[in-house]
Amino acid sequence: MDFSLGEDRQMLVDSLSRFLADKYPFATRTAAAFEGTGWSRALWGQLAELGAIGALFDESVGGFGGSPFDVGVVFGELGRALVTGPWLATLQAGHVLAAAGLTDDLGAVIAGEAVIGYAEEEADTWFDPAEIATRATVSGDGWVLDGAKTVVSCAGSVDRLLVVARAEAGLSTFLVERDAPGLTVHDYLLVDGGSAGDVTFAATPARLVGIAGEAGPVIEAARALGLVALAWEGVAVMDVLRDQTLDYLRTRKQFGIQIGKFQALQHRMATIALEIEQARSAAINAADSFSADRIVRERAASAAKVTIGKAGSLAAEEAIQMHGGIGMTWELALSHYAKRLMMIGHELGDEDYHLARYIELGRERIAEEA
Amino acid sequence: MDLKFTPEEEAFRDEVRAFLAEKLPQRLSDKMRKGQHLTKAEHEEWHAILNARGWLANHWPVDWGGTGWTVIQRFIFETETALANAPRVLPFGLSMIGPVLLKYGSEEQKRKWLPRILDGSDWWCQGYSEPGAGSDLASLKTSAVRDGDHYVVNGQKTWTTLGQYANMMFCLVRTATDGKKQDGISFLLIDMATPGIEVRPIRLLSGDHEVNEVFFTDVRVPVENLVGEENRGWTYAKYLLTYERTNIAGVGSSMAALGDLKDIARTQRRGGRPLAEDPQFAARLARLEIELENMKTTNMRVLAAAGAGAAPVAESSMLKIRGTEIRQTIDDLMRRAAGTYARPWVPESFEGGWNGEPVGPEWAGPVATQYFNNRKLSIFGGSNEVQREIITKAILEL
Repeated sequence: MDFSLGEDRQMLVDSLSRFLADKYPFATRTAAAFEGTGWSRALWGQLAELGAIGALFDESVGGFGGSPFDVGVVFGELGRALVTGPWLATLQAGHVLAAAGLTDDLGAVIAGEAVIGYAEEEADTWFDPAEIATRATVSGDGWVLDGAKTVVSCAGSVDRLLVVARAEAGLSTFLVERDAPGLTVHDYLLVDGGSAGDVTFAATPARLVGIAGEAGPVIEAARALGLVALAWEGVAVMDVLRDQTLDYLRTRKQFGIQIGKFQALQHRMATIALEIEQARSAAINAADSFSADRIVRERAASAAKVTIGKAGSLAAEEAIQMHGGIGMTWELALSHYAKRLMMIGHELGDEDYHLARYIELGRERIAEEA
Repeated sequence: MDLKFTPEEEAFRDEVRAFLAEKLPQRLSDKMRKGQHLTKAEHEEWHAILNARGWLANHWPVDWGGTGWTVIQRFIFETETALANAPRVLPFGLSMIGPVLLKYGSEEQKRKWLPRILDGSDWWCQGYSEPGAGSDLASLKTSAVRDGDHYVVNGQKTWTTLGQYANMMFCLVRTATDGKKQDGISFLLIDMATPGIEVRPIRLLSGDHEVNEVFFTDVRVPVENLVGEENRGWTYAKYLLTYERTNIAGVGSSMAALGDLKDIARTQRRGGRPLAEDPQFAARLARLEIELENMKTTNMRVLAAAGAGAAPVAESSMLKIRGTEIRQTIDDLMRRAAGTYARPWVPESFEGGWNGEPVGPEWAGPVATQYFNNRKLSIFGGSNEVQREIITKAILEL
C-alpha cells in the first residue's frame, strides 16, 4: 500500500503547478475564459509542450503516462488553475483513438497540433449512450452523419471532432473535420468559463474510428476515465475553496473577532474538511479500480461522481455562504472555483444519474454471480 | 499509488482467517451476529483464546507480550476479526490502562498489572466521566486527599462501562483545586473491592445494563497505586484517549453489518418485491455503501501516513466522526428494513439459549434496540462535537 504520487508524477505536478501559477494568474484566466472562444490556444500549446497531454496516454500510443493516476494529477493541476479548454474531450477522444490504434491522429493531438473535441451527448440522451440518435450511414466508400449533438466542449474552436453515432451495426465512433460540409456549430460561453456548442450534421462526411457497432465498451471506458479526471479535478478545486475559506475565516473580523472563532462556522468547516477527505478517497478508488473488471471499474467511477457531487455542492455553497457578500462577487477568485465545482456536477452524468447507475451495476453484479 | 496489500500482508490476512476459522467458537460468533449479549465468561473466553495465540495485546511492545505488528497488520487483524463476527477485544485493560502504564507506570506497576491484563486476572473499568464532567472532563470533582500511605477518595463516577464485572478501576481524581483545573488531576488505580465503593446500574434507553454509576465514600487507596506524578494525571488521561486509534472508524464491523443488511434487503419483501428494489431504500443503501468504501480508503491513507506509529489524533477525529455516522446509518436502515417488526420488544431473546417463538423474522428482533443502543457511538470516546473541536484546532488552525 502506497499513497504517494511517485517521483515522476510529482515532477509533472510541480512543473505544471509552477507554470500555471506564473503564466496563468487569475486575471489572465478570467479574460481567457469569458472572451472569444473561452480558452487560450497559446496556453494549450505551452501545456502540451510541458507534457500535460502526453501524460494522459500510454507510451505504446505515443504518450508517456496514461495511468489513471497520471490523468488524475494532470486534471488536479488544471483544476487548481481553473484552466479552460477541451481537456476532458481530449482525454475521452484520445482514449477512443488509442483503442482504435490511430496513433498518427493521436500523435497530432498529443503534440498540441490538432485539437480534438468529443461529441457524444444529445438533447435526449441525458448521459445515457443507449439513447444516442445521431445516424451514421455508408455513403460511397465512406460514411456520412446526420443528427445533432449538444453542449460539445469548444465545438466552435477545435480542429476536428470525435463523434459517437449510431450505425446499422450499433454505436460507432467517427472523426469529422471541423470544416466538413454539412456541419454547423452554434457556440456559446459556459457558466464556469470556457465554451461549448451545439453541433448539427447533415450528410456530413466522416471517417470511421475502430469497428462499426463496437464502440459501446470503448466509450464507456473513456467515460470512466473522464470520471476519474473530473473527480481529481473536483477534489483539487475543493482544496482551493477550503484553503481560501479558511484564510478568510482567520482574517475577516465581525463583532470584534475573527469569524473563524465562531463555533457555528468551525464545526461546519470541520465537516467540509471531512467530506473533502472522503472525496479524495473516492477519487483514489476510482483511479485504482480503472484497471479492474468492468463492473468494479464503473461502480467506482459512479461512486466517485456521487461523492464529488455531494461534497462539491457542500463545499461550493458553504464557501460562498461563509464569505458572505464578498463571496457573491465576480471579482473574487473563490466564486469562480465554486462555479467550476458545481458545473463539474453537470458533466458526464450528475449525482442522481450516477447513484442510480451505481445501484443498477450492483444488480448486474448480483445477477452475474447468481 | 497502490492500494493493494503486499504479499506479506496478504499472507498475514490468510493467517488471521485460518486462526479465526479454527479458534473462534461458533457459539460466540452466532451470538455476535444475532446481536445477543455476551456474558462475562464469554468475553474472558475470547480474550483467553487470543492470549494463547499471543495476539491479545498485539499493539503492546514485544517485551510485554506484544506482536510488533505494523499499523496495517493491526488494521487487517481488526477488520478480519470483525468480519468473522468475533467478539471485540474489550479496550479497558488492553488499550486504555495498559498503554498508560507502559508509558507512565513504574517498573513495579508494569510488572504487577500488565501480566494480569493478559491472563484475565483483572477486569478493568474506566473512571473518567462524572455527572458534571462529560465533554468538559477536566472539571471533574471526585477528590483524593493524601492521608499517610493512602489517598482517601470521595465522589462519584458515571457511565462506567461494564463496571459491574470489574475488579479494578483506573480513575481520574482531583488532588488540587488551586490553579488550572487540568493541573490538579491525578491518575489512581482503585481496587473495586475496597470498602466505600458502591456500583449502581444505569439502565439505558434500550433496556440494556451496560453502564454504571460508581460512588466513593472515604475509599482508601494505597499511594503505590498512583500512576506517574501527582497532579500530572491529565497528561496521562489525554494520552489514553489518543492511543490505539487504528480501529476508531470500525470499518470491519461496519463491513460485516452492511453485508447482513444487504442480505436482508435482497430477501425481505415489501410491496411484492425485494426491499433492495425499492428506489428509496436502494438509494439509501447505495449512499451508505459508497460512504463506507470511501471510509476504507480514508482509513488506509491515515494509517499509511502514520507509518509504524499510532494514528494521528486529528485525522483520527475524522475517522471517528464518519465511522460512527456510518455505523449509525446501518442501524437506521436495519430498523427501516424491519418495518412493523422493529416494534416488538422481547429482551429475553437477546440472551443466548433463548428458545421462544420470535415475532417476525429472527434478525428483526434486536434491530430497534441496537439502533437506540448505538446512539452512544457519536457521544462516547469524545463526542462527535468534541472531535470537530479537535479538527478545528489541529487541522484547520482556526
